[in-house]
Amino acid sequence: MSKREQLKDDYLENRLIRRRLVLAAVFTVLLLSLVVGRLYVLQVVEHEHFSTLSDSNRVRIKALPPTRGLIFDRHGVVMADNLPAYRLEIVREQVNDLDATLLQLRQYVDVSEQDLKRFKQSLRRRRPFESIPLRLNLDDEEVARLAVNLHQFEGVEINARLTRNYPNGEHAVHALGYVGRIDERDLGRVSEVDYAGTTHIGKLGLERFYEKQLHGEVGIQQVEVNAKGRTLRVLSETPPLQGNNLHLTIDSRLQKVAEEAFAGQTGAAVAIDPNNGEILALVSMPIFDPNLFVNGISFANYHALRDSHRRPLFNRALSGQYPPGSTTKPFYGLLGLESAVSRNEQRIFCIGYYKLPNEERRYRDWKKQGHGHMDLNGAITQSCDVYFYDLAYRLGIDRMAEFMAKFGFGVKTGVDSTGERNGIMPSREWKRGHDGMPWFPGETLITGIGQGAMLVTPLQLANSTAAFSRKGVRYQPHLVQSIEMITEKSRIDTESQVVGRYPLQREKNWQHVHDAMVNVVHGLRGTAHYSIGRDIEYKVAGKTGTAQVFEIAQDAEYEEENVIEKLRDHALFISYAPADDPRIAVAVIVENGGHGSSVAAPIARQIMDAYLLEES
Amino acid sequence: MSQQLNADALSYSRRIIDALRLDPVLLSLLLILASFGSLMLYSASGADMASVVRQGTRIVVAFMLMVAIANVPLRVLRKFSIWLYLGGVAMLIAVMFFGEVGKGAQRWLNLGFIRFQPSEILKLAVPMIVATYLANRVLPIGLRELLVSAVLVAIPVLLIARQPDLGTSILVGSAGFFVLFLAGVRWRVMISLGVILSMMAPLLWKFALHDYQRTRILTLLNPESDPLGSGYHIIQSKIAIGSGGIYGKGWLNGTQSQLDFIPERSTDFIFSVFGEEFGFFGSVVLLLLYLAIIFRGLYIAAHATENFGRLLAGALSLTFFVYLFVNTGMVAGMLPVVGVPLPLISYGGTSMVTLMMGFGLIMSIRSAKRFLV
Repeated sequence: MSKREQLKDDYLENRLIRRRLVLAAVFTVLLLSLVVGRLYVLQVVEHEHFSTLSDSNRVRIKALPPTRGLIFDRHGVVMADNLPAYRLEIVREQVNDLDATLLQLRQYVDVSEQDLKRFKQSLRRRRPFESIPLRLNLDDEEVARLAVNLHQFEGVEINARLTRNYPNGEHAVHALGYVGRIDERDLGRVSEVDYAGTTHIGKLGLERFYEKQLHGEVGIQQVEVNAKGRTLRVLSETPPLQGNNLHLTIDSRLQKVAEEAFAGQTGAAVAIDPNNGEILALVSMPIFDPNLFVNGISFANYHALRDSHRRPLFNRALSGQYPPGSTTKPFYGLLGLESAVSRNEQRIFCIGYYKLPNEERRYRDWKKQGHGHMDLNGAITQSCDVYFYDLAYRLGIDRMAEFMAKFGFGVKTGVDSTGERNGIMPSREWKRGHDGMPWFPGETLITGIGQGAMLVTPLQLANSTAAFSRKGVRYQPHLVQSIEMITEKSRIDTESQVVGRYPLQREKNWQHVHDAMVNVVHGLRGTAHYSIGRDIEYKVAGKTGTAQVFEIAQDAEYEEENVIEKLRDHALFISYAPADDPRIAVAVIVENGGHGSSVAAPIARQIMDAYLLEES
Repeated sequence: MSQQLNADALSYSRRIIDALRLDPVLLSLLLILASFGSLMLYSASGADMASVVRQGTRIVVAFMLMVAIANVPLRVLRKFSIWLYLGGVAMLIAVMFFGEVGKGAQRWLNLGFIRFQPSEILKLAVPMIVATYLANRVLPIGLRELLVSAVLVAIPVLLIARQPDLGTSILVGSAGFFVLFLAGVRWRVMISLGVILSMMAPLLWKFALHDYQRTRILTLLNPESDPLGSGYHIIQSKIAIGSGGIYGKGWLNGTQSQLDFIPERSTDFIFSVFGEEFGFFGSVVLLLLYLAIIFRGLYIAAHATENFGRLLAGALSLTFFVYLFVNTGMVAGMLPVVGVPLPLISYGGTSMVTLMMGFGLIMSIRSAKRFLV
C-alpha cells in the first residue's frame, strides 16, 4: 500500500488521464457519427418513404355524401324529400373495446340484432376513421339520453344526417318505391367509390329506376387530422353534387282518391293520359308505409307485411298478372271488323252456350239463358260471351295474337320503374314453348273472352285501353315528366314516345266499337250502366270484365256466396273519358271482387271524376 | 466610438463572468443550447407560451444553481461528496418504503415542501465519491480500488434500477464507470468485465429486466410488430425525422409533431420534433453544439490541477454525452426506448437542474486551477 503511494507521480497520472480523455473524445465522435449516419439514412436516403408515410398519417380523404334528389308530383307536391334525422355513429378507430362499448350503448338505446348485423357489415367495408351508423332515426328521448352520457364514450357520435322521408306515408308507395340501407347485393350494381359515404340506395320502384339521377355525385374532402383522428382543418374540398329532382306524371291527389276508392279491397288501378302516356295514378292495394324501410324495418314489421295474405309488398300494378276477361272484347271486336271476318250489324243467336263443330263440350255464356240475337254493339254492351266465342273461332288464334300484340298485350310496356312483368298473349308458338303441346281450337274460344292462358298487368291493360282510345296510337307509359338538374339549373322533359301504331283499315270500324263501349256505361242495357252510368256528367267509354280465378266444372254453377274469397272472380273495368276526346284511360282490377261492373267500375269512375271534374 | 463602447461592454461582462468564476466558453454554449431548447419547446408544445415560460423559469433557476456551485471551492465540494453520497443512498432506500408512485415507478420522495427524485442526486454524488476515493490513490488503479469503487457505484445503481428507472440507473452507472475509466482501469480488466457481462446477459435479460423493458428492446428490433402498441413511438418518431429531409419542414411546421403523432414530443421525443422541423442539417448543427460542450468539458478536465477535478470533470462531460447518445439513439430508432431526456432541451426541470449543477462543478474545477497557481 505505502509502496504504491510512493509511486504516485502527478505527471504520469495526468498523462494517463489525458490519454483516456482523448480516447473518450474519440469515442464520443465515433458514436455521434453513428447517430449522424442514422439521421442521414432516415432524412436523406429514405426521405421520400417517410415523407409519404407522414402525409398518409395526417391527410385523410373524407367522402361527402350527396343530398338525394327530391320527388314531386305533376303539380309540384313533394312526394319524397330528405329530413335531418339523428344517427348514432361509431368511429371504429377511436373505440378501444368495441364489444364493451356496444354493450354499454345498449343501456341507453335499443339496438336490434338487425342494426348490429348491418353495423358489422358496414364496418367491414368502411374507410379508415369513417363514422359508421349503428342506429338510425333516434327519437328525441333517445338523443337526450345519449347526449348526457356521450362523454363516457370515445369515438361515439350523434350526427344529424339527411334521411329520405316520404311525407305522404303510404300513399303512392308502389309508384315511388323506397330507399333502404345499402347491403352487399346493392354494392354489386354501383361503384363503391361513388357511394362512399352514402348509406341509402333506391331499392324498388322509381327510387331504384332513377337511382343514378337521384343519387347525385359524391364529394371529396381532404382533411388534416391529428393522431386521434380528429379533423383539424380542411385541405381541399370538392363539394358533393345534389341529386336531380324528379317531377312525376303522377297526380298525388288523384292517386289518393284512387287508393281510397278501393276502400280496403285488394287490387290495382292505373290511370294514363292517352295523349302522351303519362301515368296519372298507379295504385296497388294494399299499401304500406315506405318510411318503415328507410331506417331498417324491424323483423316484426317486415314479417307482418311479408306474410300478410293480402301481400301489401307486391306491386300489383306492374307485377300482378291477371286474366283480362271480357275487357278484351272491344279489341277482338275491332279485329273482327278490321279483318272483315264480321260486320257491325251481323248478328248471331246466343243460346247461353257455344259448341265447336264436332265437339260435345259446351262453352258457356255467363248468362245461362243466353242473350238472344246479338250484333257487335250488343255483344260488347251486354258482354255476350257466345258472340266472341264465335268471332274467335272465325278469327283464329294467329290473327288474334298478332293483333293484340300491336296493342301491347304480352310485352312489357317498358315503364320507368322496376318489377314490371310481361303478361301473356297466348299463341301457337307460345304454347309450344310453354308446354310443348299443340294449340287446341277450344283455347282459341276462351282466349276470345279473355280467359285461358292470357294474362295482363294492370299497367298493360290501362295502356292498351289508352292506345285503343287513341285509335291505335300507343305511347310509352312513364312516371317521370321531367328531370330537374339542380347543378346545371336545367330541366329535361321526358318526351312522349309513340311505341306502337296500329293502322286502322277503316275509321268506322273503330267508331262502332267505341260506340259500343260508350253504351256499356251509358246504354240502358250496358253492364256498367246501373253501377256508374246513371248519373255520370261526362261521356265514358268502358268495358267490364270478370276474370275466373278457377275453372267451374262443366255442369256446376258459380255461386258467388259459396266460393271462398280467395277463389272468387277478379273484377275488372277499363274505360276512357271524355269519350270523344279522351284525357284519361283507366284500368281497374279488384282481386276476388266478383263482378267488374259493381266493384271495379265505381273505382274507375271515382278516378275519372276526380281527374275530369275536380281538376284545378 | 461605439466600437469602443462595445469593447467596454464586452470587457465589462467578461469581468462579471470572471468574478462569478464561470467559464465563458461553456457558458455561451449552454446559453445557445438553452435558447435553442426554448424555441424547440415552443414548437413541440404546440405553440404554448405558458410551458416555455415555465421551462424558462427552470432554466434560470438551474443557471443560478450552476453559478452558486461554481463558486463553492473545490475542496469543500470534495469533502461534501461523502455526505452527498450517503444522504442520496439513504433517500433511495427511503423511496423504496415511502416513495410516491408516478408513471408506474416509485421514484419520488415528498419532503412536504419539495417533491423530488433522489436518484438525481446520485448522478452527481456517484462520480464525486468515486473521484474523491480515487483522487489520492496511485493511478492506474489496482483491483482493490476497482472493487471498492464498483461497490460504491453498484449500490445506488441497483437501487435505482429497482424503482424501476432504467434510464437513470444507466446514467448513474456510466458516471461511475467513466471515473474508473479515466482513472486508468487496465484494459485487461475492462475486457474481462465486458466478457463476463455479456455472458451474464441472458441472465440479466431473464431476471434483471422488467417485462416492459424487455418489450422495448424487442420492439426496437422490429417496431412494426406492434405498430399501435410499443412500436408506435419508434415508428412515428422515425416518420417525423425521416419526413424532415435535409432542411426540415420549418419551425412550427412539422406535421408529425404539431398533429400529435409523436408521443412525448416535448419531453423524451423532442429530438424527433427537431429532426422534422430542422432536418438533417439542423440536427447535425445541434449535435455539433453538444459535441462542443462535451469537448469543452473534456478540455477543462485535461487542464485541471488535480486528479479529483480531472476525473470528475471528465466523467460529468462524458455522462452528458451518454444523455445525448441514448436520447438521440432512441429517438432515431437505434436504441431501445429508455427514459432519458435530451439534455437541456426536453421539457422538465429535474434533469435540467442536475445537469446544470454538474456544469457548476465543472466550472468550479476550472477556477480551482487559478487558486492553486
